[in-house]
Amino acid sequence: MSNKLTLAIVVALSLAACGQAAKPRSAASDAPPPGKGKGFNHDPFPSTYHAYPGVPTALVGATVYDGEGSRIDNGTVLFADGKVTAVGGADLAIPAGSTVIDGKGKWVTPGVIDIHSHLGDYPSPGVQALSDGNEATGPVTADVWAEHSVWPQDPGFSRALANGGVTTLQILPGSANLMGGRSVLLKNVYARTAQGMKFPGAPYGLKMACGENPKRVYGSKGRQPSTRMGNIAVDRQTWAKAAEYKRKWDKYEEKGGEPPARDIAMDTLMGVLSGEILIQNHCYRADEMANVIDMSKEFGYHVSAFHHAVEAYKIADLLKANGVCASVWADWYGFKMESYDGIPENLAILQKAGACVTIHSDDQNGIQRLNQEAGKALASGRRAGIEISDELAWTWLAIAPAKALGIADKTGSLKAGKMADVVLWNGNPFSVYTRPEKVWIDGAMLYDAYNPKLRPISDFELGQPGEGDVK
Amino acid sequence: MKHLLLAAAALIAAPLSAETIAITGGTVAIGDGSQPIRGGTVVIANGRVVAAGAGVAVPAGARVVDATGKWVSPGIVAPISTLGIVDGYGMNETNDARTKGSPFSAAIDVSTSINTSGQGIATERSSGTTRAFVVPAAGNTMFGGQGAVIDLGADVDPVTKPRAFQYVELGEDAGDHGGGTRPAAHVLLRAALAAAQNPAQAGWLDKDSLITKQDALALGPVIRGTMPLLVHVERVADIRAALALKADYPAIKLVLVGATEGWRIADQIAAAKVPVIAAAITDLPERFETLAATQSNVGRLTKAGVLVAISNVDASEGPYESYLTQFAGNLVAITRIPGATGLDWGQAFATITSKPAETIGMGGEIGSLRPGRHADVVIWDGDPLEIASAPVAIWIDGVAQPMTSRQTRLRDRYLDPTEKALPKAYEY
Repeated sequence: MSNKLTLAIVVALSLAACGQAAKPRSAASDAPPPGKGKGFNHDPFPSTYHAYPGVPTALVGATVYDGEGSRIDNGTVLFADGKVTAVGGADLAIPAGSTVIDGKGKWVTPGVIDIHSHLGDYPSPGVQALSDGNEATGPVTADVWAEHSVWPQDPGFSRALANGGVTTLQILPGSANLMGGRSVLLKNVYARTAQGMKFPGAPYGLKMACGENPKRVYGSKGRQPSTRMGNIAVDRQTWAKAAEYKRKWDKYEEKGGEPPARDIAMDTLMGVLSGEILIQNHCYRADEMANVIDMSKEFGYHVSAFHHAVEAYKIADLLKANGVCASVWADWYGFKMESYDGIPENLAILQKAGACVTIHSDDQNGIQRLNQEAGKALASGRRAGIEISDELAWTWLAIAPAKALGIADKTGSLKAGKMADVVLWNGNPFSVYTRPEKVWIDGAMLYDAYNPKLRPISDFELGQPGEGDVK
Repeated sequence: MKHLLLAAAALIAAPLSAETIAITGGTVAIGDGSQPIRGGTVVIANGRVVAAGAGVAVPAGARVVDATGKWVSPGIVAPISTLGIVDGYGMNETNDARTKGSPFSAAIDVSTSINTSGQGIATERSSGTTRAFVVPAAGNTMFGGQGAVIDLGADVDPVTKPRAFQYVELGEDAGDHGGGTRPAAHVLLRAALAAAQNPAQAGWLDKDSLITKQDALALGPVIRGTMPLLVHVERVADIRAALALKADYPAIKLVLVGATEGWRIADQIAAAKVPVIAAAITDLPERFETLAATQSNVGRLTKAGVLVAISNVDASEGPYESYLTQFAGNLVAITRIPGATGLDWGQAFATITSKPAETIGMGGEIGSLRPGRHADVVIWDGDPLEIASAPVAIWIDGVAQPMTSRQTRLRDRYLDPTEKALPKAYEY
């Protein structure tokens, strides 16, 4: 939501309040309706992130993956004022005054997007006092927002940047609950506050979870859900309530009258039903994903992505037909019953079927190597006879997660006008021997392997053993 | 179906293969820290390595396997594994790693219960892992018990060496298992070692003792130095406390596990001649005992002269043995990062082959292609540390292994996910 719009709402609300003070009851029923989606402020914790200074830059001579499946050998990538200005071959004219960086023998890609992270809400050090990822006090906690748990001093952000080239990440609540709360999208730039890291203009997500975790957590407390059928039952009952809540607000916003009572959890679910908030659904098994898809149709919402989705390969056609992405690990399997059938060809089979697929980490270590994880998935696919080009595989880290997060118009590929979120790799990023050399976010160089001053150190690490070390 | 028959045949028995095999033309990595040799030959016979390297003659009558364009190496040795004692962490029913509600700890011997039927063994074997140290986790006390060295062969006889080492937690995890704190754990450790040294005077008739007679007796080989003691410690203070045990028990053969902050006192570890099974590339202060974590730990320890193997201790990416090659490759990658200390290729590959074996004194048996070692040989389709590479043939004790697993069966069933005339259950 733009600042102007926010301002307009605030003004409208204060006007309404003034009117109410003068003539309490009749004024409310006479007041003009606020308009659809304008009954209350949808952005009470607005982003204060701003792009840091950069210089007009030309990366030349590198192999470029644009993040949408194209490759340019000996390519040129230009950015200035925080935005990509042009991408082309060796013949692309370089504007006067650009800082030219030789990328010969190196690779340039859009910054890595991790659609599934818990950095900040399960930070390092992993002490109980910082364990803020699961509000495991009830199976439906759609009222909680992950951003209110994000500790912006998590050392994990710096590792994801320097070792992983991660520029954007979605922080999700955990999976203890059926509806775990709102996610938040961050630019991977340290700030004093979570708002200072918040990706401007990104839609929210609602974290949902299928399967073993909710039924185990609440079953062990002797309450619903204790089974998979209990999971779906609680979900449906909650969606039915949300539909009712939405009806009341739609009526008020379109026709005016007395505003309905606010319910913070229902606000989020209503946001899903109106298409404003995206569903990010933890779900492992093929049969459960099918159940969730039917449930989404019953209540009129859309699942943006199934996360973990170790059995997505079994229903690649179903996912494709329903336009649902699968966000997966390269090769995790067998650590719990619902991951028993994980196979390393999961991504490749989904890609072959034409389904939307992304890599993800769900892990403070894995997020440092998502390029390698995608490389493993690519190699497994090729061994199974599925031919996928390197540049197409890079979409798993770039435009595919950007689409599943609703930010494909802003980042996720090297296209003119998009955020200059760029990584210069010191070799082929699908090789184990390659690391980021430089990382830019919104055109600002925020990591440089050759400059110790461009290696962020969080408050937590300041003055502690190992401060400033190459991690 | 042919695959099935082969697999079934392999399951019937674990014969030591007498066949002489010469693998020729490949890039040979011995695993001893040396650099790979192009166009080398590996000869195995009677389940052991005969010779490997450049200019090795093919013996008369040997079956020749052409590995031109491929790599040939010893199988990966995974120290710190739960293969055979856990089928899945989220499935408590299958977990024999963590003992609950037993009076015993150090006496526990996992070699009695290695299950070769779990899907993990075949899957991880397919990634090139041929031997593993199976480690029981701390339960009743901070002692996990006696671990075993196993092979990952497709047979029912997995144990290479039972009671190969004792495992103990002396860092943050000791608190949960030894009486609440590190100092308390040290009291219990010292009491247990004293009991092991002088069983006649031990007070195990005391009902409150956490150390039973069986536990104390199991620690006898530890203080006599015939059974290595693997000590999980991460921070400087805990490493130093572990090293101090040698003052009172000079024969003890310590192996540090984890040792994330080891680089800060690398010279002391080297001087004590204590090997390390390190957390591979952990670089986060995930605990207060790992504040100084860096991926340079292994490189810096190695540079100081410490014998270092790597493991997936502290790695959150599952307990997958298949990650070891990737971790070792990352240790090579950081040699190109200014300020970091990594390993060269030969050193890195040794951290997952010969070095793990050497930490527990088994370097003469497993972990390299030096003559006389168990013939655990892998042919890879490329550089084994590289992301895209995978094994194409595997021998364990000279016996060719099946390359299939549940994963390959699922893959084959679902390469085309759509259902045909009959349901998927009829496709096999």
